[in-house]
Amino acid sequence: MSIRLTSGGRLIDRSAPIDFTFNGKHLRGFAGDTLASALLANGQMLVGRSFKYHRPRGIVASGAEEPNALVNLGQGARAEPNQRATTTELFDGLQARSQNHWPSLEFDVGVLNNYAARLLPGGFYYKTFIHPRAAWKHLFEPIIRQTAGLGAAPKDRDADRYEQVYAFCDLLVVGGGVAGLHAALVAARAGARVWLVEQSAHWGGRAPVDGDMIDALPAADWVNATVAELAGMANVTLRARTMAAGVYDHGYVLLDERLADHTPGDGRPRHRLWRMRAARIIAATGAIERPLSFAGNDVPGVMLASALRDYLVNWAVSPGQRTVVVTNNDDAYRTAIALHQAGQTVVAVIDARDQADGALPAQARALGIRVETGKAIARVKGGKHVTGVEVCRQTGDGTISRFLACNAVAMSGGWSPVVHLYSHCGGKLIWDEAGAMFRPDAAHPPITQDGSAMVIGAGAANGALREAIADADAQVRIALKAVGIKPKKSAVPRQDLPDEAALQPVWIMPQAAGVGLRAKVWLDYQNDVKVSDVQLAAREGYGSVEHAKRYTTLGMATDQGKISNINGLAVLAEALNEPVPQVGTTTFRPPYTPVPLGALAGEARGEIFQPLRKTPMDGWHAAQGATFEPVGLWRRPYCYPRPGETPRQAVAREVKNTRQALGLLDASTLGKIIVKGPDAGRFLDMLYTNVMSSLPVGRCRYGLMCNEQGFLSDDGVMARIDDDTWLCHTTSGGADRIHGWMEDWLQCEWWDWQVFTANVTEHYAQIAVVGPNARKLLERLGGMEVSQDALPFMAWADGSLAGFGCRVYRISFSGELSYEIAVPASQGAAFWQACHDAGASLGAMPYGTEALHVMRAEKGFIMIGDETDGTVTPQDLGLDWAVSKKKADFLGKRGQERSHLTSPDRWKLVGFETLDGSVIPEGAYVIAQGSNANGQRHVQGRVTSTYRSPTLGRGIAMGLLLRGPERMGEVVSFNTVDGSTVQARVVGPVFYDRDGEKQNV
Amino acid sequence: MLLLICPYCGVAAEETELAPGGEAHLKRFGPGSSDAEFEAYLFARKNPKGVHFERWRHAYGCGKWFLAARCTATLEVFGTYPAQTSGPPDDIIDRIKARRPDWKGFA
Repeated sequence: MSIRLTSGGRLIDRSAPIDFTFNGKHLRGFAGDTLASALLANGQMLVGRSFKYHRPRGIVASGAEEPNALVNLGQGARAEPNQRATTTELFDGLQARSQNHWPSLEFDVGVLNNYAARLLPGGFYYKTFIHPRAAWKHLFEPIIRQTAGLGAAPKDRDADRYEQVYAFCDLLVVGGGVAGLHAALVAARAGARVWLVEQSAHWGGRAPVDGDMIDALPAADWVNATVAELAGMANVTLRARTMAAGVYDHGYVLLDERLADHTPGDGRPRHRLWRMRAARIIAATGAIERPLSFAGNDVPGVMLASALRDYLVNWAVSPGQRTVVVTNNDDAYRTAIALHQAGQTVVAVIDARDQADGALPAQARALGIRVETGKAIARVKGGKHVTGVEVCRQTGDGTISRFLACNAVAMSGGWSPVVHLYSHCGGKLIWDEAGAMFRPDAAHPPITQDGSAMVIGAGAANGALREAIADADAQVRIALKAVGIKPKKSAVPRQDLPDEAALQPVWIMPQAAGVGLRAKVWLDYQNDVKVSDVQLAAREGYGSVEHAKRYTTLGMATDQGKISNINGLAVLAEALNEPVPQVGTTTFRPPYTPVPLGALAGEARGEIFQPLRKTPMDGWHAAQGATFEPVGLWRRPYCYPRPGETPRQAVAREVKNTRQALGLLDASTLGKIIVKGPDAGRFLDMLYTNVMSSLPVGRCRYGLMCNEQGFLSDDGVMARIDDDTWLCHTTSGGADRIHGWMEDWLQCEWWDWQVFTANVTEHYAQIAVVGPNARKLLERLGGMEVSQDALPFMAWADGSLAGFGCRVYRISFSGELSYEIAVPASQGAAFWQACHDAGASLGAMPYGTEALHVMRAEKGFIMIGDETDGTVTPQDLGLDWAVSKKKADFLGKRGQERSHLTSPDRWKLVGFETLDGSVIPEGAYVIAQGSNANGQRHVQGRVTSTYRSPTLGRGIAMGLLLRGPERMGEVVSFNTVDGSTVQARVVGPVFYDRDGEKQNV
Repeated sequence: MLLLICPYCGVAAEETELAPGGEAHLKRFGPGSSDAEFEAYLFARKNPKGVHFERWRHAYGCGKWFLAARCTATLEVFGTYPAQTSGPPDDIIDRIKARRPDWKGFA
């Protein structure tokens, strides 16, 4: 059983006890503990169940690479699944629950899968759940979803807040170990703007744990001095608890700072996401130890040798009092020596190499530690914790030579540089035979905008596992030179390290392990992938490493195979009889460790998720209890329900009132673009399908715009302001797009034309005064002549109304007598109120967008986005009259000449009258005879606008129908969702006031 | 997340400030053009792995359209220049040739 030793522990404060719970059990740790070290200190070796076989699992690692110790952290609005116990700093009141078991961690029914393992081979899902096809949806998937998954997703809204910040620097150093510290120091002394980030709460990395000496100082002292110097420099930013999640194009890096994970609820944002632009990035991200592949290497108590050393030195925790160390290299002897020095028993060091004569093995032997060379672990004994190991020859098939009783196993298969950041943007790796590892290939780095290296590896992350500081010194000078900063000459701090003999790559232990052993050798703990699964994938033809990954799930899920990938690749390479570099690695993708969705969302949640555009009259609408709808980024009143009214009743009232008395519409969202200059008329003639240059000053004209394909893109009323000035009205959602479209043509095609454009949409509030009493209201407001003679239909005039300076357009989108009045935006609300005050006795009522839609549909006016969908031409909508035949060119003219668009067989606009007066469902199609190869009915048209007309008291619709205008009077059928059909007669699209008399009075 | 220098305002603009506009230096074909010409103008786009010329607009900055020469494979940027030109300027061509000796040239 794991215990806390009575002395030692460089990171814990024994005077500050901390209480926490694990599965409801009250436990105690110290300040400075991680959840993992505190669990081990309390004898909690078993921390979870594996994903597929529900095998008991313990803590394997001491950092971000941990695959097993994932817990549900917190409760309610602060619940978060899959948190690594190894990187969770202990705080008072922490609540953790283990995952993936039922009914309890100690007794789990799912472990039955373990005994059925032979029935769950690699690719099991793909093989098993294919037939019968219907069973996947109704039987297999629901069951798998029930039992799969690790932690439980939180149900409550996240109580925490998150923030995002932009930052910039010359050099971003990722990793606060000795290599990163030195690199940052060299750059900082040279005057560069430096950021140094470290994912854990502590600086210095492994060096203080391993007792290294730097410049004759203990590593811990050197680290403290260096951090102190950096902290005192104005050009340096130090951030602990900050993980570089990903490197993206041109020096963009996401940094996830865990501000308050360890102090929840203290008022600070929980995470801060830094959106960093770094001219150069030093990846001093260190290396991760690899497990060895022997049977039972997943039994709780089997741990990475470095992790065991960390628990011992940092937190004074001994995972087992009798430990066997198994290794293929000299580094693991440090663990044996550290255990011995802490008074723990090292049963033996099992070294797969035939010789172990380096300085560290010699030191171990001198301490009396038994070293067995050429040996391997055949099998670990024990269920919920280690009880012993069976030892065999590494070169054999696993014939047992001896049993060693122990309760912990420290394993080391060598080290893998953390090359993730180097690889995210395309940096290539090379296989280092001597270290049996992939390391950055300096000849093929990820590059930045000028073609030079964007990320530079340094220290252990660059493959320099021993002389990390010297390597970092060389690399940071390269980085500084690339950004034009001259580093100062200085001596490289000397690392005093014992010599180490070469490691011997060991991918399977023992070398010729039989099938019985291989099926108990775990490669990927988190996904339960064994050596036998990868070998099976190779046999079944999944020779590509990317295919094998997906077939076996090796290297997937929350740890992304940090400790398992290289072992898996090597096993695959061996099975394929290819060298490891030939097989290659899977793609490293961000994030390095999971980033909470809350951090990625930042402040963009709730009401500030998206900016909301409001008109000057918005407050009035809200006060009236308007129902709003989004139009582009605007919010507009959909209708203004009165007490007791449904929205539908409100719309009907608003339509009737407008047709019979007076309606007021807030039309401020309408796009308004000024086009001005000597060539403005010529330009507008190219932009619009009809002629705009001939429009007289003081008059308005409806116009259409098409894209180069000839399809309608926007419409609106144009007003000629003076000789060289036009004002284009666009749709509410189209103003910015059309303004950009104009600028595109002016800047990129006709750049010699003298034209300026200005989007003045928000400069004006615009109010439509609509209905038989419209003129009476304007006369009451007083100040300008608005009679039929002075201001006829499709004319405009400047003047004033009730003292408000305004521009009045005599245009109509409803078919009624109508004026649209523009006033400066700052006076919009006052003028709107003045209209209501003066109009009260004329029956003035506000109306919303739905009444606007109904009235325009009654009049057969098209709406961009309803009648058009990017495949509809003006001719399809019967708007041939608005397409010039005389103009030599306009945008879309050539496109409209294409044979498909001139075919008589196009779907064209008509009106539909249902025989029974009902409303055709939105989206309904006009069905035709027969069906297609998929058994779907052929169609010959579709509805584009469909409403209940309060004016006519029945359903009306517009739509597109094959050769529609030739088929007046014909009865066609629309499909509905429930399978029935609606019969409708083909009629003209204008349902109300066909001769247009009402608007022209 | 590219960084492109806007040739008008000199800002190293982040991709979030920019709007993409597809291939640069297209020749417009209008009425009177053949079907083949019009098809090429409207639809036929180069899709090179390597040197490419593109239209970008500094949409959330100065609002100007500009052109960029970059490598689609490595994202290396050879230069940006104003849109009022029918072909890439000589200094950009020279820079590309220096960086990519195998490049066949602008066509």
